[in-house]
Amino acid sequence: MIEAWEYVVRHPEKVAGWTLDHLQITFVAVGIAIILGVALGVYISGKGRENIADSVLYLAEIAMTVPSLALFGLLMVILNYIGLRTIGFLPAIIALIIYAQLPILRNTYIAVKGVDPAMIEAGRGMGMSENQLLFKVKLPLAVPVIMAGLRNAIVLTIAIAAIAALIGSGGLGVPIFRGLRNARMDLIIVGGVSVAILGLLTDAIMSRVERWVTPRGLKVG
Amino acid sequence: MIRLDNVTKVYPDGTEAVREVSLEVDEGELCVLLGPSGCGKTTTMKMINRLIPITGGAIYIDGVDNTMMDENELRRNIGYAIQEIGLFPHMTVRQNIETVPALKGWPKDKRNKRAEELLELVGMDSAEFIDKYPSELSGGQRQRVGVARSLGADPPILLMDEPFGAIDPITRVRLQDEFLKIQREIKKTIMFVTHDIYEAIKMGDKIALMNMGRLVQYDTPANLLYRPRNEFVEDFVGTDRALKGLQLIKVKEVMTGSPPTVGPDEKAETARVRMEREEIDWMAVVNDKGEFLGWIERMEPGKGEIVRQVMKSSTVAATIDAVLNEALSVMLSSRLNIVAVVDSRNRLQGTLSFDAIQNTLAEVTQREKPE
Repeated sequence: MIEAWEYVVRHPEKVAGWTLDHLQITFVAVGIAIILGVALGVYISGKGRENIADSVLYLAEIAMTVPSLALFGLLMVILNYIGLRTIGFLPAIIALIIYAQLPILRNTYIAVKGVDPAMIEAGRGMGMSENQLLFKVKLPLAVPVIMAGLRNAIVLTIAIAAIAALIGSGGLGVPIFRGLRNARMDLIIVGGVSVAILGLLTDAIMSRVERWVTPRGLKVG
Repeated sequence: MIRLDNVTKVYPDGTEAVREVSLEVDEGELCVLLGPSGCGKTTTMKMINRLIPITGGAIYIDGVDNTMMDENELRRNIGYAIQEIGLFPHMTVRQNIETVPALKGWPKDKRNKRAEELLELVGMDSAEFIDKYPSELSGGQRQRVGVARSLGADPPILLMDEPFGAIDPITRVRLQDEFLKIQREIKKTIMFVTHDIYEAIKMGDKIALMNMGRLVQYDTPANLLYRPRNEFVEDFVGTDRALKGLQLIKVKEVMTGSPPTVGPDEKAETARVRMEREEIDWMAVVNDKGEFLGWIERMEPGKGEIVRQVMKSSTVAATIDAVLNEALSVMLSSRLNIVAVVDSRNRLQGTLSFDAIQNTLAEVTQREKPE
């Protein structure tokens, strides 16, 4: 423990660098996952798409059960086949997007599906078009649940991003694996504890953001 | 004006929700769709703004087939009020009321002014409530906002689906009264769905009673009560229709005008002599503004100098625009078999006796069976 702290004190720039890399891949991945997840979630919640919704959600569940190491391996094969770089930032981001997708996708779907039919009928009865209904009624009402999914996705991605260091993405996985290879306890602790702290911090921040973006009328009390 | 011409709704699985319903609601009229649950009344209403697609017949709005109009345009021109649950919880009262004006692209000033006006119209202080969220309002207040919202873009037609359904009976009666008052001013053409016969009788210019998808009787409330077309109507109306009828008749239709009156400062003896001469048992005491003060009854001579000393003060009176059951309730609680009828400024307009109510009811209930 003490050695780990000494390491931080001696090489603050290294630790800061890994942390920033880590945050960067996390936010790029989650950022893309939000757009894809919300869009796909809204799409499959549409009328008459129940079958598509079932298959999409099923596929997403399966993707979640694939161990992250195996997924990285699989991706290398696929990316190699289509002639893209198999090592580094790109495959890491793709894998993380796949993971971050599910909580966002699933929560968006559940939230939009779960909007009180009376609300939808009220909107429609007042002459809202389908788009207006989506942006003025369904999505605002779905925000709290979507946000919970997003929070989930971010914490999950921070954890898995550590493993992405194996395929050269950088980040806090770097000291962890280097420590494992060289039996350097201090490096393992620096990486591991940093990931944990990062996870806790972002979770706390996200819970604030969640309250902040929830429409005021939907808050309890 | 709304005209339903053989309107039919058959679902793909063959269920017939509405069958060949034809009726016409004139401009400024309030038509109540009444019936037990599952009778097709809500379905019928929702076909008017095409929330439910029609499968047979046609609906004309001011003479135009509603399937010929743009769906959203049609709905923006028809006010739609549903139970309180229909308010958007994520929007303030203002945003809720401005929904349709915003969809129609009204400028902000006009929208804001309209929202404030409407909130005042439904009896809520706009400064206090306009920026509140529905969760911060009571059930009755939400219902008021719901009505205000349906009037948002001043549509000529309103559809109201049990708009006073989910609130306590006392508030409901108050909202009904207020809404009737508003309707007298705004004169909208209204289709009003309810399963409550009392509400129907009270609110409706006409009532369309439905059962199992069919229109059973389309008539005035009085005719529905006293000239039921068949057994179903009779059963639905109930055996106490004489009592229900009390809601239909206004005090001013039954009261006796120009009752004998006397001033409070006149000599008691003069009043006594007049009552004896005209063989009446009482006179109403009114001051020089015509305001009702109380009663003076026939008495022995020499019991007092002036009327004020011998009169029985009373503030119990029925208002001239009230319906008979309210007057009767006043009468029952005052232990008199006569009640003074006053206008909104407490000026005596006439009297209403128990006999008069009885005679009127006997008359209308006898009319029911001409054969």
